[in-house]
Amino acid sequence: MSGSPWLVPVLLIASIIAIFIACLLGSTPLPIDRVLMAFFGGGEVGDRLVVWSIRLPRALAAFLVGAALGLSGAALQGLLRNPLAEPGVLGVSATASLAATFALYYGLVGVSAWILPLAAILGALAATALLALAAIRTQSVVTLILIGVGLSSFSGALMSLLMNLAPNPFSLSDMISWMLGSVANRSFDEIMFAMPFLIIGSGILLATGRGLSALTLGEEAASGVGLNLRNQRIFTVLGAGLATGASVALAGAIGFVGIVAPHIIRPFVGHDPARSLVPSALLAGLILVIADIGVRVIPTDNELKLGVVAALIGAPFFVWIAMQRRAVHD
Amino acid sequence: MTELQATDITLKAKSATLVEAASFTLSPAEFVVMLGPNGAGKTSLIRATLGLETLSAGTATLDGRSTAKLDPVTRARQVSYLPQIRPLAWPNSVRDVVALGRFSHGAALGRLKQADAEAVNRAMAACDLVHLAHRSADTLSGGELARMHCARAFAAEAPLLVADEPTAALDPRHQFRILDLIKDYVSGGGGALVVLHDIQMAARYASRLIWMKDGRIVADGTPHDTLSAERLADVYGIQADVQDLRIQMAGPV
Repeated sequence: MSGSPWLVPVLLIASIIAIFIACLLGSTPLPIDRVLMAFFGGGEVGDRLVVWSIRLPRALAAFLVGAALGLSGAALQGLLRNPLAEPGVLGVSATASLAATFALYYGLVGVSAWILPLAAILGALAATALLALAAIRTQSVVTLILIGVGLSSFSGALMSLLMNLAPNPFSLSDMISWMLGSVANRSFDEIMFAMPFLIIGSGILLATGRGLSALTLGEEAASGVGLNLRNQRIFTVLGAGLATGASVALAGAIGFVGIVAPHIIRPFVGHDPARSLVPSALLAGLILVIADIGVRVIPTDNELKLGVVAALIGAPFFVWIAMQRRAVHD
Repeated sequence: MTELQATDITLKAKSATLVEAASFTLSPAEFVVMLGPNGAGKTSLIRATLGLETLSAGTATLDGRSTAKLDPVTRARQVSYLPQIRPLAWPNSVRDVVALGRFSHGAALGRLKQADAEAVNRAMAACDLVHLAHRSADTLSGGELARMHCARAFAAEAPLLVADEPTAALDPRHQFRILDLIKDYVSGGGGALVVLHDIQMAARYASRLIWMKDGRIVADGTPHDTLSAERLADVYGIQADVQDLRIQMAGPV
């Protein structure tokens, strides 16, 4: 029978182990017993600080960002019935990071800490809404991906403009950080600001996942079996926009995890979009935690950015999936 | 008794009139076949009647309630709608696709409730799909695919069935098979409205024929009453001899 009962538990355990390993690594070498002690509130104050304020938030941020992107990717792929759909490819992440950069650039963040996640989410929602409008007008997924390419390029151009006009090298390096995507130096505060949006977005996607299964049949037949197409589009777009926006607010633009994870998961869940949601989220989270460990372990002068590593792995994967596809599905 | 009723339906798209003042009813235990040349408005009339298009005039009701205002789940529980077959987005297993027929009953793939699983089993057995249950749908032949979609429609166990060209691109043997399945459904008390292009098949299976031309219903009655040489010339523009529902085509008029 399709659908493996061990899939979710295995991914969950692997994620917890990966997050723990991530807490073992860092510039101050800490042996495993001291990390464990610090974890449970014991050990030296310095150890607790390192584990609870630096390493754990960073690892958790990587996991949450990955999970949000994996979930959004799986849901968007179900909605658009295409394995190449993903917040990054569709320009949602780029638009969200543009909005976030904009908020940073004009110092709006000084007004309230909520401005940053809100800006990122507004950017993400604007992009997803545009895509959903286009999806109603055209049946062609190729068109949607081209619109995504357009959105990404335009956001990229505006970002370049902001960088071009950047008043000092500090804001320039800030912006580059956002464009490249990173979870370095994240604190629980930042996670807390992104969390509500992440939870609401994920909740919406999980609650409306069943309709994505029906969409396998195509829109006409899906409405034939009782799916409310309009609501499904609105909820998926809203959920993916919120989750992606929250992830961008936390880490900037990180592409391609949303494609890679669902693609690996799909054969294990009988290619059912609804059943691929949770495992895709867990796997994408796991991938980013591991990638972030890689970022810290690989000895480079400047620390690599997580988004750069994700794209280095993910982009060739994207090309590979695109080349595997048969023309029938368009 | 569930009844689908279209009354003076007119459907316009921009300046073109797709359907004009069409009225018909579909009741349980009847096998209605809709005939007409390409572009006669058959699919448009079906979609309009099911509330999937905004009517320019007229009313479409299911059990007296306007289909346009009906929520999709309620409608799907009363009428199983099988549109023209399109390729699936993903290579799902046959059983999962059939199980999607239970969507309106709240079924979630992989976690079917007992009632849903039983309905799926019945539909799969009726359509001779049991041995294909775990096959990936993208490896099926045209005949098997058509049976899978039929099973999906039957799995809903709705009192009415509306199928748009369920036998398109099938060889004669498989056409018989699909129509036999629908016939069994009708003898079990269901009401079926089926669009076909094969007039001979239509005459053989239908209890009633609805003839469409240029967006209008030009005739609605038993094959005996409505199938004639004049009708074929008028609706399809073909010259044919008709004797005892047997059609001998000679060529275009």
